[in-house]
Amino acid sequence: MDRSLPVWIFAALSLVVLMALPLGWLGWLSVSGEHGATLAHYRDVFTDVALRKALWNTVVLAFWVGLVSVALGAPLAWLTARTDVPAPGLIRGLVLASFVTPPFLGAFAWVMLAGPNAGILNTLWRSVTGFGEPLLNIFTMPGLIFIVSIYTFPYVYIMVANTLALIASDLEEAAAILGAGRLTVARTVTLPMVLPALASGFILAVLQALALFGSPAILALPAGFHTVTTQIWSLFQFPPKVEQAAAFSIPLLLATALLLQVQKRVLGRRGYAAVGGKGGQRRTIPLGRWRWPALGACLAVMACAIFLPYGVLAKAAFARAWAQPLSRDNLTLGNFTFTFFEYGATRDAIVNTLELGVMTACIGAVMVAVLSYVTNRRLVVGHQLVAFLALAPVVVPGVVLAVGLFIAYTRPPFVLYGTLWILFLAYLTKEMPVGYAQADATFRAIPADLEDAGRVLGAGRLRILREITAPLAKSGIIAAWCFIFIGVIRELSASILLFTPSTKVMSVVIFDLKEEGQFGAISVLGLVMLGLTFATVALVQAALGRDVLGTRK
Amino acid sequence: MSKRSMTLAVAVVAALLAGLVANGAAQTQDARLEAAKKEGKVVWYTSLVLPSAEKVAKLFEAAYPGVKVEVHRTGSQRILQRVMQELQANIKNVDVVHTSDAGHFVLLKEKKLLAKYTPAGVEAFPAGFKDRDGYYYGLRATVNAITYNTKAMSAAEAPKTWKDLLDPKWKGKLVTAHPGYSGVIATHVLALVHLHGWDYFKALAENRVMIVQSANDPATVVSSGERIVAVNGGDYSAYQLKKKGNPIEIVYPREGVPLVVSPTAITSFAPHPNAARLFTDFTFTRECQQVMADSEGLYTGHPEVTYPADKPKLNELKLLTVTPEELEKRNEELKKRFVEFFGA
Repeated sequence: MDRSLPVWIFAALSLVVLMALPLGWLGWLSVSGEHGATLAHYRDVFTDVALRKALWNTVVLAFWVGLVSVALGAPLAWLTARTDVPAPGLIRGLVLASFVTPPFLGAFAWVMLAGPNAGILNTLWRSVTGFGEPLLNIFTMPGLIFIVSIYTFPYVYIMVANTLALIASDLEEAAAILGAGRLTVARTVTLPMVLPALASGFILAVLQALALFGSPAILALPAGFHTVTTQIWSLFQFPPKVEQAAAFSIPLLLATALLLQVQKRVLGRRGYAAVGGKGGQRRTIPLGRWRWPALGACLAVMACAIFLPYGVLAKAAFARAWAQPLSRDNLTLGNFTFTFFEYGATRDAIVNTLELGVMTACIGAVMVAVLSYVTNRRLVVGHQLVAFLALAPVVVPGVVLAVGLFIAYTRPPFVLYGTLWILFLAYLTKEMPVGYAQADATFRAIPADLEDAGRVLGAGRLRILREITAPLAKSGIIAAWCFIFIGVIRELSASILLFTPSTKVMSVVIFDLKEEGQFGAISVLGLVMLGLTFATVALVQAALGRDVLGTRK
Repeated sequence: MSKRSMTLAVAVVAALLAGLVANGAAQTQDARLEAAKKEGKVVWYTSLVLPSAEKVAKLFEAAYPGVKVEVHRTGSQRILQRVMQELQANIKNVDVVHTSDAGHFVLLKEKKLLAKYTPAGVEAFPAGFKDRDGYYYGLRATVNAITYNTKAMSAAEAPKTWKDLLDPKWKGKLVTAHPGYSGVIATHVLALVHLHGWDYFKALAENRVMIVQSANDPATVVSSGERIVAVNGGDYSAYQLKKKGNPIEIVYPREGVPLVVSPTAITSFAPHPNAARLFTDFTFTRECQQVMADSEGLYTGHPEVTYPADKPKLNELKLLTVTPEELEKRNEELKKRFVEFFGA
């Protein structure tokens, strides 16, 4: 009997417990009535016009975010991975920056940029053109789609860029030698090879948009419309209607299961192991006179995601009134003094956030590594179920996951509410899919034949893992660590229900301030949050020797 | 004994007695301070706008070194949600609860979650600031008012009444806060429902009103120019912003302004009961109440407090009041219908 088997079984079991508890509670609550099981909550939810509208809004949002993310992410990935576009390192860095920017911070910054009346871009537009109508109105569905997409497209980018970097050019070159034109090569060779990555990226983007809470709360609520997540969140306000919220989230769970099934079909039987122990050349495609326009297009995207929002945050942090020009009377350090010295919640929140980030990332990275290894090498019976469970949390909006956790861990034997542990569990569960997807992609790209070779030579599984698999997978797992850490730092939707005053995290503090309209303090904290994130990323990059998106130079 | 020496004797006895009493009071005060110091802190869930809440906390900490105030500021309705959520998990964290939805205190009292405590000096407060049963007392008051951006219109063009806001010319130019977040706004909505009926809000929603959460936010939105008229909001936050030089002006509508008295109470399960009582007493002192009136622009129930000359006195305004009991009873209806009309 294989000595390592218990390890795998333990990992798979802990996942079942982590996932099964909150989801079990969710399912149970959705059908529990005062007199036994009932479907009344479902009836309440789906006959309510407002809730149906919220559901539809979410469908629209998620679909368009998926499309826009592919439209932005795929070309950028191709440009930086395969062409001689100038400054590919800079573009990668900026995509990374957009990836780590908390979407709710971006949404908040865009309120200052493109609020229809006071928005800085709209003020500028009016003064230049003399028109009365605003150029952009961020408090609309298209506005929301735009904001969510500019922070979601990196999922597509990562998927596609990594795939492009992994597949060697020899197939493309072979096609070219056989007389195929550039377009034909792209259509018949490159595209099919990146299609799984495109589809996965699209689905990841859709799922992100489905579960997002902060951006809709900041942009949709002022405009008078709800999405599923904001609706569920408001169902928890006193007096709470937890059962309805649970019923409202079950269809989402089913939808994801379906989406993931579709993704699997797309990946289909064309499983590919494009990296071996052998090297492959990747040829650079010359862009000719399109080099600089291509760079310009990339930078335009990044201006929306990075330059403009960061700029306006910095301005608001130093301004008395953010909408006014930064003249001498308007300049102040008061926001900083207020945030750090007068507002008591700040320091604790920063400490809590960092503690949770490191803890979750370390434990999470180990878990996803083990789990994806188990599923990729089919080491336990029911490994498909393990994969499904690892990805399933994506569909549980953080708010709903939070309720499941709230109920599960406010009663014996595990009373965790009011401690950081309940947040830890929420984050671990919630970040599992992203970490898992990264780890899974890593192992998928490491063919089993290398391990089989080791086995033939008489090495045990653990030794093979240590000497063959681990070195190959190391950078992929470190990337998974980063994804989890960054996800935790910016997590809002589960935290918003699970925090207590003694366990506040930064995102919650920022959201509190947003509800009160304290723009200066939010900007200061937002900059701190970004600073912390980038410092961590820089550290990991230094350790890793390349960028954390996993893309190769 | 001469009359004079008689008087003297009486005076001496009186002075002695007074000294004794004062000494006794000082002793209990000292004992309480010691007990509070041992507890180390008081946890305050408050809906008072953040800078003001932090200011009150700092004043207290300066007056009683060794006792910290942990400020947890959020909207009134969120505070209630948090308190109930924590209790469900058997977490006893909060000492002092302070929201702007008086209905909350009816509910909390009914559920036996409040401790009976009468802060020193509140006897002289008006009746509207006091719970008959002695569980909660009005710490501060504000009125809902209209705020407009002075760069966008003259005083003559500005709306004068709540009904003026229904004019289609304000379409896309208004901002409201939310009764599902703010107790000030929940009170406002109920008072205006009494005055003009739900049809008023139905008509108001036709003007595509921007929705924010906190009753402090409409005035900041108007200051920035994102919308140019706020259809509600506590006048104290608008007053503070105006004082800071923002281009806004406050209108107190002729039909009357909804008065919001924000109660405070100590919880029955307070983990720091001595600190809680010390803090509660402090917040009702003339010193603290005067600060709230001066720099924060709030009204208070304290009879000796004076108000800034550029703010109308409460007795000059026509006040619209609602009872805590009705607020409690109609809380859900208020939120539900508001959302029905405004969409979120």
